[in-house]
Amino acid sequence: MSAPQAAHAEPKAAAEGEWEPKLIVFCCNWCSYAGADLAGVSRLQMPTNFRVIRTMCSARVDPEFVLRAFASGADGVLVLGCHPADCHYIGGNYRTRRRIALLRVLLEQYGFNPDRLKLEWVSASEGAKFQKTIKEFNETVKELGPNPLTEE
Amino acid sequence: MSNKIKLAHYWGAGCGGCDVALLDIDEKILGVAEIADIVFWPIAVDGKVKDIEAMPDGSITCTLFNGAVRNSENEHIAKLLRKKSALMVSFGSCACYGGIPGLGNLTNRKEILDLVYTGLPTSDNVEKVIPQPATHTKDGELELPVLYDTVLTLDQVVDVDYYMPGCPPTTNLINEFLGIVEKHVKEGAPLPPKGAVIASQKTLCDECKRKKSVKKIDRVYLPHEIPIDPEKCMLEQGIICLGSSTRAGCGAKCLEGNQPCRGCMGPTAEVLDQGGSMLSALASVYKVDEKEALLTEENIAELMAQVKDPMGTFYCYTMPKSIIKRKVVEKKKPVKKEA
Ligand code: SF4
Ligand code: SF4
Ligand code: SF4
Ligand code: FES
Repeated sequence: MSAPQAAHAEPKAAAEGEWEPKLIVFCCNWCSYAGADLAGVSRLQMPTNFRVIRTMCSARVDPEFVLRAFASGADGVLVLGCHPADCHYIGGNYRTRRRIALLRVLLEQYGFNPDRLKLEWVSASEGAKFQKTIKEFNETVKELGPNPLTEE
Repeated sequence: MSNKIKLAHYWGAGCGGCDVALLDIDEKILGVAEIADIVFWPIAVDGKVKDIEAMPDGSITCTLFNGAVRNSENEHIAKLLRKKSALMVSFGSCACYGGIPGLGNLTNRKEILDLVYTGLPTSDNVEKVIPQPATHTKDGELELPVLYDTVLTLDQVVDVDYYMPGCPPTTNLINEFLGIVEKHVKEGAPLPPKGAVIASQKTLCDECKRKKSVKKIDRVYLPHEIPIDPEKCMLEQGIICLGSSTRAGCGAKCLEGNQPCRGCMGPTAEVLDQGGSMLSALASVYKVDEKEALLTEENIAELMAQVKDPMGTFYCYTMPKSIIKRKVVEKKKPVKKEA
């Protein structure tokens, strides 16, 4: 039947042959993307199984993007934005946090573990927080296992 | 007689309301009889599946198919009618988006059959007899359609030419469409492009006559919990109204009846997922005050928990056509709760 089973590559085996989740990380242009960049230039070590999608503001992350990410086989979705009071567009991140909270309830109704979706604030100077967030989220999703839509 | 069009109207997994809607076009129904021979319409006229099977392919001018597809019989007849019809119209919200039966995608065949046949307080079924696709009796084999795990939309099963959403489609939309088909048959007027939605291209809020101003709410209410101002936008009063995520075309019927829109016309032309779109809109109208920066994610989760049933509210008519489509099952149960 027609459960959404978008084409995607098999999860890449890590060095030890362990399953690695596929993570999508939405980063807002003004804080979190710069934070990710800083983590990169500072050569902070972190897992590499995530793909960053840059949006102008975390509020640009339409719930539809998140649902599509899961339908296309993402095992976890991380939304990163500026800290409260720091959004470049004044209150974008306040909308984001309301949407993500509601979306987590919806995902649970769909049968997903809501911990597959996480919101975190990462500023431009927080390269280390970016690293820590990725590491921790990767661990959480690893424990959850593959996205139930991609397993049959 | 010879230039009459041939019309079929079938019901899949629906409630019968769409059939009644076609009867409800009042005296126009006589016009339908004038322009059309009804070759198949189980609720209203006699007709046998084998008669349809005997017809040449493509010989039915137009089939209006209402109801979702959720068992083997629905699917079989959808495919048969598709083969025999020049035009296949997905008629009503159930056929277009899954409709109310589509919420069956929150569960599965086994759970449904178990509950209905053995689990209800009124069920008296000690031997736990569940309907089977085939039953042997001394007089021969009895067959029943197979219920599917997943409710499907018509276009997930057969090629669809036009969509006419609505629960049920309004008299206006039905008349408009039948008029187009008649003009096409009699005068060779062009048909709408394939895949067209027989409704408006706009958003329901555009059709709604209520006064709209700044939307800022601090909580949501169910319609019975507050006196509703009949002039003012529902959403501004804290009542969840799906207008901003719903296609126009019904004439904002429910708003006229002082009830919020529940979204039966389906998503607007620009959007894939009606539920996701409404979730986004609702979250955005919650007001933000000076203390916002001090709120934690837990505070926000509590605030949004006022929306008791996002799935039932935002996907009331469209779950099978949503991006995720049906409930999934996680292999492992929750790991750890966030602090
Ligand atoms: S669309 Fe509405 S009226 Fe039509 S069959 Fe479905 S539930 Fe009934
Ligand atoms: S939200 Fe509802 S009440 Fe408000 S303008 Fe839109 S359709 Fe009308
Ligand atoms: S107002 Fe909304 S629920 Fe009511 S008929 Fe129109 S689209 Fe359907
Ligand atoms: S610009 Fe970073 S959250 Fe809005």
